[in-house]
Parts: sequence; structure tokens; C-alpha cells
Amino acid sequence: MEHSKKHPGYNTYILVWLALLMFTSITVTIAGIDLGKYTLLIAMFIAAIKSALVINIFMHIKFEEKIFKVFLLLSGMTLLIIFVLTFSDFLFR
Amino acid sequence: MNNSHDVALNSHVHRDDVGAKMGMWLFLFTEVLLFGGMFLVYAVYRFQNQEQFKLAALELHTGIGTLNTIILLTSSLTVALSIAAIQNKNKFLSIVYLNATLLLALFFMVNKYFEWSTKFAHGIYPGAKELLEKPNGQILFYGLYYVMTGLHGLHVLIGMIILYIIKRQIKKDIITSDNYVRLENSGLYWHLVDLIWIFLFPLFYLIQ
Repeated sequence: MEHSKKHPGYNTYILVWLALLMFTSITVTIAGIDLGKYTLLIAMFIAAIKSALVINIFMHIKFEEKIFKVFLLLSGMTLLIIFVLTFSDFLFR
Repeated sequence: MNNSHDVALNSHVHRDDVGAKMGMWLFLFTEVLLFGGMFLVYAVYRFQNQEQFKLAALELHTGIGTLNTIILLTSSLTVALSIAAIQNKNKFLSIVYLNATLLLALFFMVNKYFEWSTKFAHGIYPGAKELLEKPNGQILFYGLYYVMTGLHGLHVLIGMIILYIIKRQIKKDIITSDNYVRLENSGLYWHLVDLIWIFLFPLFYLIQ
């Protein structure tokens, strides 16, 4: 029963949920301030933090075997490459 | 009786929970690529039509968007709690949390319904005369808005159906405290729906 020890309990989930709500209120508040170019950057940065919380805790990736993390990294990199290649074509056309 | 016991024993022997979860993750990656393509189209068009995207986004109601974000985040929590409950051998609590998730998902869809019907009433829907008179950037914004939030909404509906089936299986003891990988995989699907919304929300509702 070593496996069950690794499961996070109710409290962890509730803490993560509170953090997610906090980040949501931060991103809504910041959107009301005019920061020019940085608005989108900050919004995406906060969305990335929220995703990391959901993926690691809610989706258990933090507690899974290594192969799941490799999968995740691979698909993340694929998406990144698609974006970088498209924009390098689009911006320097 | 003896027979069903044998089947249960056999299914236990042949079970591969890690394999099942791996399969689910692979499926989720195809979903990520599906939405990723749309986010790519969004990124390029937004880059080309920055001013028009800002103007078009003013029509969207930030309050409804924020409310739906809170609803989806909370529904993600209740799914996670449902899994924790079944791990603690609390079948009743697990069902309660799944019911809460289904209720929250319903709230989300009701909000979406009111949001879309208000837009329709203002003549903002794909192919509407009023919309087509607007600059090209705004037509693109609303085209992406309807396709992306629409596909996301479809995922919410599918998630609701799956979670309902799972709830019935917990009731019938098909899913139990030592065989709950289906609940976990359905939870993963639900969290993905939440993840996609985490990005849709700032990209459509929070452009100033």
C-alpha cells in the first residue's frame, strides 16, 4: 500500500483550488490596467502557472511515473515547435 | 455467483491501470493538438488585427467569463475530491462530489446559453448581416470565438455524459475503491476541459 501514500488528500486539492481562484482574480485585475505590450504576456504567464497547478496536482502528473512526464514534455515541445516555426515563417515572410 | 467471482478475479489479474492512464494521456495530447491548431490560428490573426480584436472583445462580458472560470475551476476541484473520496473508500462522498461537478457543468452551459443568445440578439453570430458589415478583424475574432468556445462547450457536454455514466457505475459498484481507473481517466478528461478554458478566458475576455 505504498502507492496510496502518494495520493494528495482533500486539503491539498482545496489549497490548489484557492490558489487557482487567487490567480484568476489577479489576472482579471491586471487586465483592467493598461500595460501595453505586456498585458498579453502577463495574462499568458498567469495562465501557464494555473495550468501547471492543474496538471501537477489535479491531474496527478507530479505523482505519476517518469514516462508520463516524458509524454507531457514531448507534446509540449511539439506544440512549441509548431508555434515557433509558424511565427518564424509569418514574421519574416 | 461463483462464476461472477471468477470473472472479477480474472479482470483483476489482467488489469493494467498504468497502461489505461497512458492511453488516456495519449488521447489528451491529440486533444491538445486539436485545440493547439486553433490557438495558432488565433495567434496569427490577432497579430495581424490587434486593434480590431481589442474592439471586438469589448462586446464580450468579462463578468460572465470570470464566473464561468470560477465554475470550471471549482468543478475540477470536485472531480479531484471525488477521486480522493473513493480512494478513502467513501462511495457516498464520491457520488456527492460527482453530482456537484455535474451541477457546476450545467451552470457553465446555462451561462454559455445566455451569453450566446444575447450575442445572437445583437446580430453577432457567424454569417449575420450586422457582423459582416464590421471590419474583417472583428469578423475573424467572432468566428474564432464561436468555433473555439463552441468546441470547448461540446467537450463540456461530452464530459457531463461521461461523468454521469461513471457516477452510475460507482452506484452499481462497477467502479470501486480498488478499481477506479475509469473515474481517474474521466477526471483527466474533465481537467483538460478546464485547462483549455484557462487559456480561452484571457484570450477572449481579457483583451483591453
